[in-house]
Amino acid sequence: MAIPAIGPSSALSETSLGGPSTTARARFVRTLFGNRKATAGLAILILISFVAAFPGLVTHDDPNAAIYGIELGPSAQHLLGTTLVGQDVFSQLVWGTRLTLIIVVVVSVIATFLSMIIGVTAAYLGGVADRSLSVLTDIFLIIPTLPLLIVLAFYLPSGASTMILVLCLTSWAFQARQLRSQGLSLRSRDFLASARVRGERPIYIILVEIVPTMTSLLAASFLGVAVYVVGFAAGLQFLGLGNSSELTWGTLLYQAQANDALVSGNVWWELAPGLAVALLGAGFALLNYAFDEIGNPALRPARRRRDRSAP
Amino acid sequence: MTYLRRRLGLFLLTLWAALTINFALPRLMPGNEAQAVLATLHGVNPAALHALEIEFGVNIHQNIVITYFQYLGNCFTGQLGVDHYGIPVVTAILQALPWTLGLVGIATVLAFVIGTLVGILSAWKRGGRMDAFLPPLLFIVSSFPIFFVGLILILVFGVILNWLPIGGNYSLDATPSLSLPFIGDVITHALLPGITLVVVTAGLWIFSMRNNMITTLAEDYVKMGRAKGLAPWRIMLDYAARNAILPNLTGFAMQLGFVLGGAILVEYTFSYPGLGYLFYTSTTLHDLPMMQGLFLFYTMAVLVCVLFADLLTALLDPRTRDA
Repeated sequence: MAIPAIGPSSALSETSLGGPSTTARARFVRTLFGNRKATAGLAILILISFVAAFPGLVTHDDPNAAIYGIELGPSAQHLLGTTLVGQDVFSQLVWGTRLTLIIVVVVSVIATFLSMIIGVTAAYLGGVADRSLSVLTDIFLIIPTLPLLIVLAFYLPSGASTMILVLCLTSWAFQARQLRSQGLSLRSRDFLASARVRGERPIYIILVEIVPTMTSLLAASFLGVAVYVVGFAAGLQFLGLGNSSELTWGTLLYQAQANDALVSGNVWWELAPGLAVALLGAGFALLNYAFDEIGNPALRPARRRRDRSAP
Repeated sequence: MTYLRRRLGLFLLTLWAALTINFALPRLMPGNEAQAVLATLHGVNPAALHALEIEFGVNIHQNIVITYFQYLGNCFTGQLGVDHYGIPVVTAILQALPWTLGLVGIATVLAFVIGTLVGILSAWKRGGRMDAFLPPLLFIVSSFPIFFVGLILILVFGVILNWLPIGGNYSLDATPSLSLPFIGDVITHALLPGITLVVVTAGLWIFSMRNNMITTLAEDYVKMGRAKGLAPWRIMLDYAARNAILPNLTGFAMQLGFVLGGAILVEYTFSYPGLGYLFYTSTTLHDLPMMQGLFLFYTMAVLVCVLFADLLTALLDPRTRDA
């Protein structure tokens, strides 16, 4: 039985240290498209982004107009039926895509940035700075996320900006730890020593010398954060801690749940936004899974040939 | 035992952070929400009311530092005030606790055992039928919002097939007793929320266990075991899995916060009257003492489990002892 003796972190750092040379990037893109999971994930995300960008092209109904029959079943006019006050569920779903996606992407970008700054700074500076930043990271890792989110969201004025703020505060810790250990493995490299000899300031070394070597890891962090944020944002709104006047999939779910849509027979009112959230989460998760397989050859699905040589 | 001392320090720091968040939040937010909430409490015992006034900074005309230490003292003696109905927060939490403990405890242990076993087996037979199918499937399912899985189960088994109850902890007409029919009733009510939790959380363990296992199987001592001609199952369990499971143990405690959060959503989806449902109702009733008490309780629960996992790791992994 042949087992490739490659540890997970070493493989990842090899690819990420390849730098921005064209061949490495081309190879990466080719592998990405050759991977079925990555293709599926990308397709889902492109579809959702398209709907978020051009909702008017997908539906002609006004999502807020309560002008239709009450709790109609799915039909050609109303693909997913109507709500308790006579709004078209399909158009609410379509128009809710934009804010849902904005929250997820903004939070994931900021949280990834935060985790990068905190993780890499801790690793590069070492000593007291490292210890205190690591303790901060550990504290945020241990405090249970959803209870903390609930308390924070409760006290702050409800709305998308609060949602973004509280989710940023709570989603950086896990990736900061990953990026710290990657940063530690780089610390003794020659190119950092030469930057220090040149007399560069730490902030320059961190942002210009270290961070660019981590692009693929950062992309993976972004995807990892996004998977969680999709679930947590929808969960908070589902619990009624969002702003019901803002149209997102989570607030749609909340309204449907509050009106017992599943039990009263208006199934698609609740199922459709749930399915949409699941699809968005799955899109990010598929890409993330593929990234893991690409970055770490040891985890790739074994080929048949290898199987036959097994005892 | 530097390792354990460090972890104990982290325990205390985290607890202090959670307490401070609780103390600071009501003071940082605009509006006199806390004042309004406390004004609705009548005929509450004065000591409890005073504890709440300290916690939320209502009717307090003294140095905030003194108030802060009074608040910390109150928390350590378990004086968390009273809830919306005038019942002590601690009593209300303890009443709901058994339901959550039963549901989440059993579901989490099941998910851990199933997930770890599937992870071991799919790494062992890598590229086999199970490996090609189960890990990716469960990885995707675990990316679903947990309540979505719950909603699907409600729709299929509750509404369409009408096999299982979709809400509550036991039938409305049942009287709680230790009889077999009542226990059966409780179990049927716990089935759908329990399955939801297992299905979503098992994926977490499978994924990390499989990856650890793959890395461990490449180690020299595993090759040595093979060269000695040991039975395959001994190499799989005694040589590889035994070492690969260590990161999962620490992960278990870390993931517990995630599982408890998921349980809040599951209990809400199924109207299951445990701590999570209590948490939800405390936000809708604007029951601040209850909400903050639960936040503390959840943090404590995770902290105790993390500490326990640390002890276990120190016991199982000699490397941590002199680290």
